Amino acid sequence: MNNSKHFNVTIRVWRQSGPDEQGRMVPYEVKDISPDMSFLEMIDVLNENLIKKNEQPITVESDCREGICGCCGLVVNGEVHGPDEHSTVCQLHMRRFKDGDIITVEPWRVRSFPIIKDLAVDRSALDRIIQAGGYISVNTGAAPDANSIPVNKDNAEEAMDSAACIGCGACVAACPNGAAMLFTGAKISQLALLPQGEPEKQTRALNMVAAMDCEKFGNCSNEYECEAVCPKDIKVSNIARMNREFMLANLFSKH
Amino acid sequence: MKLDAQIPSGPIEKKWDSHKFNTKLVNPNNKRKFDILVVGTGLAGASAAASLGELGYNVKVFCLQDTPRRAHSIAAQGGINAAKNYPNDGDSVWRLFHDTIKGGDYRAREANVYRLAQISNQIIDHCAAIGVPFGREYGGLLSTRSFGGAQVSRTFYTRGQTGQQLLLGAYSAMMRQAAAGTVKIYPRREMADIVISNGRARGITVRNLVTGELENYSGHAVLLCTGGYANVFYLSTNAALCNVSAAWAAYKKGAGLANPCFTQIHPTCIPRSGEHQSKLTLMSESLRNDGRIWVPKTKGDKRHANEIPEGERDYFLERRYPAFGNLVPRDIASRASKAMIDEGRGVGPTGLSVYLDFRDSIKRKGEDKIREEYGNLFDMYHQITDENGYKVPMRIYPASHYTMGGLWVDYNLMTTVPGLFALGEANFSDHGANRLGASALMQGLADGFFVIPATIGGYLGGSKFEPVNATAAEFKAGESAVKNKLNKLLAIKGKKTPTEFHRQLGNVMWNDCGMGRTETTLKKALKKIPEIREEFWTNLALPGTSMEMNQTLEKAFKVADFLEFSELLVKDALERKESCGAHFREESVTPEGEARRDDANFSHAAVWEYKGEGKEPALNKEPLVFENIKIAERNYK
Repeated sequence: MNNSKHFNVTIRVWRQSGPDEQGRMVPYEVKDISPDMSFLEMIDVLNENLIKKNEQPITVESDCREGICGCCGLVVNGEVHGPDEHSTVCQLHMRRFKDGDIITVEPWRVRSFPIIKDLAVDRSALDRIIQAGGYISVNTGAAPDANSIPVNKDNAEEAMDSAACIGCGACVAACPNGAAMLFTGAKISQLALLPQGEPEKQTRALNMVAAMDCEKFGNCSNEYECEAVCPKDIKVSNIARMNREFMLANLFSKH
Repeated sequence: MKLDAQIPSGPIEKKWDSHKFNTKLVNPNNKRKFDILVVGTGLAGASAAASLGELGYNVKVFCLQDTPRRAHSIAAQGGINAAKNYPNDGDSVWRLFHDTIKGGDYRAREANVYRLAQISNQIIDHCAAIGVPFGREYGGLLSTRSFGGAQVSRTFYTRGQTGQQLLLGAYSAMMRQAAAGTVKIYPRREMADIVISNGRARGITVRNLVTGELENYSGHAVLLCTGGYANVFYLSTNAALCNVSAAWAAYKKGAGLANPCFTQIHPTCIPRSGEHQSKLTLMSESLRNDGRIWVPKTKGDKRHANEIPEGERDYFLERRYPAFGNLVPRDIASRASKAMIDEGRGVGPTGLSVYLDFRDSIKRKGEDKIREEYGNLFDMYHQITDENGYKVPMRIYPASHYTMGGLWVDYNLMTTVPGLFALGEANFSDHGANRLGASALMQGLADGFFVIPATIGGYLGGSKFEPVNATAAEFKAGESAVKNKLNKLLAIKGKKTPTEFHRQLGNVMWNDCGMGRTETTLKKALKKIPEIREEFWTNLALPGTSMEMNQTLEKAFKVADFLEFSELLVKDALERKESCGAHFREESVTPEGEARRDDANFSHAAVWEYKGEGKEPALNKEPLVFENIKIAERNYK
């Protein structure tokens, strides 16, 4: 670590002062970058300089900076969450770039995620999908002993693979149709794979798919872009399971 | 300030049950007439909102993130404790209670900790029922692992993402109530003040972080589930948005703040790489199950780790604490690492780290097994350091992580302000002077799912409420105070950024009030902090206005509070002239160099009371009474 020299880059950033304002790409030079810096720390450096010049810093959202909260999300050089596989943009480090690079930075561009300011978007549509059925209806205090319901280990592991979703919206941003099917499919799969989720699986599939459509997310056309950019490596098989659950629910649900 | 902990009488095993029986209930049809304001949507806030919504209360929930699913509970990795005794290794409620009190170095309240241990099992049951995909054995039953400070295996987990899965579970339960109409969610709101009317908490003023507008909400009770203040050290494992502002506002409105100097330094974090560093990343304590911590025996040994033969390695935790070895509590592990580094035996380019080595467990169990258990942690380590933890030992260094201190609460989780409650890390109650690993998740969910639904009825059902609405004079006064503060910040037009001030404060806190504290360093800090604060209020650079999305303003608002709060933290550290748990006064050590408590003078919670701007705070004490546990010197040897 720390044996390579500091370097300079130019970043071209999407600036937009409000939801209804005209946006544009603005170039900034960022000097003396350490390869050990994270990408967001590089933007921190730029923002600190802008603040000192009494200019508006770039609005960019992040919180945990360790790839688990799902808050950050940028398109770097056209790639959702940047060039690294299965990671969020806060986990991207400057050692991936070299002196003189020109890096473009844009927000998620999705009809269902309106831009609030600069690189910050409104992803509340994803919360509304969960609200439509992404839960198991058990009140606090009513549960039996946790070991009274054994769960097949393979199913538990597969449920965990689906549950790993951090709700960043990268799958939607990468999809040419702006579909939220990987996000929705992952939650439907997680709960369908567990015996605890079984009783509600039909209504859950119907309601969550309806909410997804209601938020004007697009449909899947098997591009596999979502799986490629998912920081948690969630597989498109979740979409297949969602479609199966949805179809079975349509055929057999009493609701 | 009157400190009545409201601890129920009777034997400790019966206190919680008898308290629930003796607490007033609110008629099911009347519950919807009560408005409960919940601030924060971590484990404590989300679970409280869900369980109160299920009961039929009218709940409003506020969070500063874009969605309530992001609070920093999400980053907890290793697990959640419960006294299930599934592995048949001798665990019990009593043992979890005992370990937690001992782990906290006998500075927590017995009755609260016993209740926590009792509730721990219900949490696992409930979380399994709402779809948390816990790790399981081939027979389909739940799997457990070991954590620091315990000799039983009682930590339940979902890979290295236990906090995430528990938070998403609590979030989903809350979203179910949002669908049912009992919970209304207000994201992108930062609480700016608490409104007191006739001596009771009756509402909050929040800043809408998108429009900048101040909004008032009235209610019958306010629940602060706003987390800890580890970011007072600037660099910590906390998320960037974590702050002390809500707790500080409560303090200024009359809530006692207890034991602020109890701050936990976590031993296994990825070392910092330079000045630009914005946060430190934790590596789960669970790694200490299989990783061995060591430094070279000789000072300044610059050889590659893999070239240092077995005989020249010092596995200092195993050497100093043979009974617990690498699984000693966090405060002890952190201090032992610091001692090695201070001796000049630290490793890595800066010398500010020690090795966490998986060579032996990979040999014993195979790389695949290690990958299955900790794969995501190894990946994370690789992403940050560009090093492969399977091939070379990881390098770790202690970092500020969790704060045991917080708002003083009674057995009902109510602060000294009637109607104002504090849950989870925001309160002070359960971890004493040091929290054991996997106990934060347990406490957050215990408070939210099981304690508050039972105790809030006692407050709501036991008092008459005059109508208050959000246009009342108290709200207008609070709102204009917040407006003034924002305008004052914007009017400074200086040269230094909020982050620069924060970093400056953090350096003082880490160097003078960090892992080791002395009267000299603390007094030095008490001199430096007001100087930084003064410069902050005369030389702050802050572009933009308050009526827009303005992240610099948000940051400045938080730093302003840290600059006041930090002084109280240091005062508390200075006042507590003993070492206990994570609070290590170098003047108070045993001949072996371990923390030496002074039970005769400091067996109490130090509760600070605000006396007005520029006035010295008053110190009140809640004596700690141990009727069920024999206090002793903590021994992990």
